[in-house]
Amino acid sequence: MSPRKRHHRASELKANAPVFAALGDPTRLALVAKLCRGRPYSISQLTEGSRLTRQAVTKHLRVLEGVGIVHSVRAGRESMYKFDPQPIEELKQYLDLVSKQWDEALNRLKAFVES
Amino acid sequence: MANDRIEKRIELKAPISRVWRALTDYREFGQWFRVKLDGPFVPGEVSRGHITYPGYEHLKWEAVVQKMEPERLFSFTWHPYAIDPNKDYSKETPTLVEFRLEKTPTGTLLVLTESGFDKIPADRRLEAFRMNDGGWTEQMKNIENHVAQKTSSQGV
Repeated sequence: MSPRKRHHRASELKANAPVFAALGDPTRLALVAKLCRGRPYSISQLTEGSRLTRQAVTKHLRVLEGVGIVHSVRAGRESMYKFDPQPIEELKQYLDLVSKQWDEALNRLKAFVES
Repeated sequence: MANDRIEKRIELKAPISRVWRALTDYREFGQWFRVKLDGPFVPGEVSRGHITYPGYEHLKWEAVVQKMEPERLFSFTWHPYAIDPNKDYSKETPTLVEFRLEKTPTGTLLVLTESGFDKIPADRRLEAFRMNDGGWTEQMKNIENHVAQKTSSQGV
């Protein structure tokens, strides 16, 4: 990956900072875990078996929708909610960055011990 | 996160004793890692110092030395990218950095691992990007070149 592209991605990630904040809440994380099962869910289905009220679920879904990791689609009279993994994929960029720092450090070590 | 560790393998054309010294002598470590350390590495003790990149000297280096098994294993724990001087990182789970050495016909195989990234809070991960932004990579290249010249002219 070129440095230019890396910078571009890094600033994208900064713009996505709210994703992390959104996932910092245990209730929302639980909702995301359920939505990760691959099929769309309605608010009623998400409320079922949880201690949350319909209003609370709706409120949390709005936050998740706001940061782009959940999308809603209309299905008749109901909205169905789907998980979008893309913003979370960006987390992997962090490991790429740390990885690159080590490459640079180890190359300096190589030059150091081989000279 | 499933992918919570980094592993690097690098072949070094130098005897294992030479590599061990470069890793565990605090002055030699500082030269290639770009950090000025206050004193020698001692297992179980905190290693302190300062980053030596121009413009980043206010950044502290802090790690806890874990294992020093001569010519085999050197490890420490630290808080990667702990760049805010006003923040207390001590409550966070550190990552573990391990350097493993193996003798090869041509020199030494170094295997580096850093693990435990899944324990780092998400907002802290973002700080790493903040630090890396704004020509930081570029500046590092300059310094790297400068030091490479200096090191070779000293005949180290």
